[in-house]
Amino acid sequence: MLAPGTKVRVRNDWPETRGPCHIRTPHYVRGETGVVVRHLGDFPNPEDLAFARPAPILALYHVRFAQPALWGEGMAGDEVVVEIFEPWLEAA
Amino acid sequence: MSVVEAESERLLAAVRALLLEKGITSREEIAERIRITDGGSPAQGARMVARAWVDPQYRALMLADGARAAEAMGIPMRGLPPLGVLEDTPALHHLVVCTLCSCYPRAVLGYPPFWFKSAAYRARAVRDPRGLLSEWGTVLPAEVKLRVVDSTADYRWMVLPLRPAGTDGWSEDALAALVHEGDMVGVSVPSAG
Amino acid sequence: MDKDTPRAMHDLGGVSQFMCDAVETEAHALTDFDREVDAIRQILGVKQVMSVDELRRGIEAIPEGEYHRLSYYQRWIRSIASTLLRKGVIEEGELLAALECC
Repeated sequence: MLAPGTKVRVRNDWPETRGPCHIRTPHYVRGETGVVVRHLGDFPNPEDLAFARPAPILALYHVRFAQPALWGEGMAGDEVVVEIFEPWLEAA
Repeated sequence: MSVVEAESERLLAAVRALLLEKGITSREEIAERIRITDGGSPAQGARMVARAWVDPQYRALMLADGARAAEAMGIPMRGLPPLGVLEDTPALHHLVVCTLCSCYPRAVLGYPPFWFKSAAYRARAVRDPRGLLSEWGTVLPAEVKLRVVDSTADYRWMVLPLRPAGTDGWSEDALAALVHEGDMVGVSVPSAG
Repeated sequence: MDKDTPRAMHDLGGVSQFMCDAVETEAHALTDFDREVDAIRQILGVKQVMSVDELRRGIEAIPEGEYHRLSYYQRWIRSIASTLLRKGVIEEGELLAALECC
């Protein structure tokens, strides 16, 4: 379980370039570094549910990103918070 | 041309006919489901917001567990996704978007509005959120931090906005009437003016 | 900085082609078609015929030009029909026959 405040990097992985898939990690945070806000709960992996496959239960986190760092524009201090499943997060 | 590219009204009629024929659903069940779904509306969320403004205990419940807070107001939440409530403060404003589809807290806000589902809203909310807010005439002072919440997975999110100035002593009903759909998504803020 | 590729076409956060589009902020009423598609999707979910995740996957499989041309619930009915066909809940022949008579 990742504690609030843990620095994480979102995996820089692009399954959509390799074939049919269903991904709930938006493109604009992949490879980016953020901070765990909190653990939201545990839910079946939507990447499997979308194909009616048995879906392992995964930890879901709220992860905070500096908004201007994502885009090279915006107001300092503004943030984007995204729900991300644990397998998409690595130590940063 | 693939069979699913048929004109949408015809495709619906054909799918409906097959589902009825196979006993998967019935006309009555569809009508009942439409009736139930039509019952969800921003007025439900507004009642929760107004209660939170006058009752600190209810506010605490709402922030800890939105679904239980909704149920406490008689809004059915069983079998629905968890409801997260985002608390605005004088220093922090929240804006909700779903960049991947259009996840929306339907039990408390009703059907998602047209703009929430649009490509422009979904694209701009995470990259130019302050510019997006100006479409509603909403201007955040630079010292207020904007936190955009991209609703990408199992939660549904609503905003608990700030209680407007000049509403001391107002009844819960009068307060609820000040709260509109966009205020609970974060594109606008309630005002007593 | 633009981050338009790689990404799947429905993954719209920050996509430059929409950044200058105005948002239509006024309310649009739902049609009877919209309400019924929504209701049928819910019923299929409750009865575990198809999940919301399968609905989304079906929407994401719509070609990009079509995705932006179709209305929200037009995408849904197309995804519902494709998913039911793929899962064998309905068959292509009977769908074609039903389309003939509807």
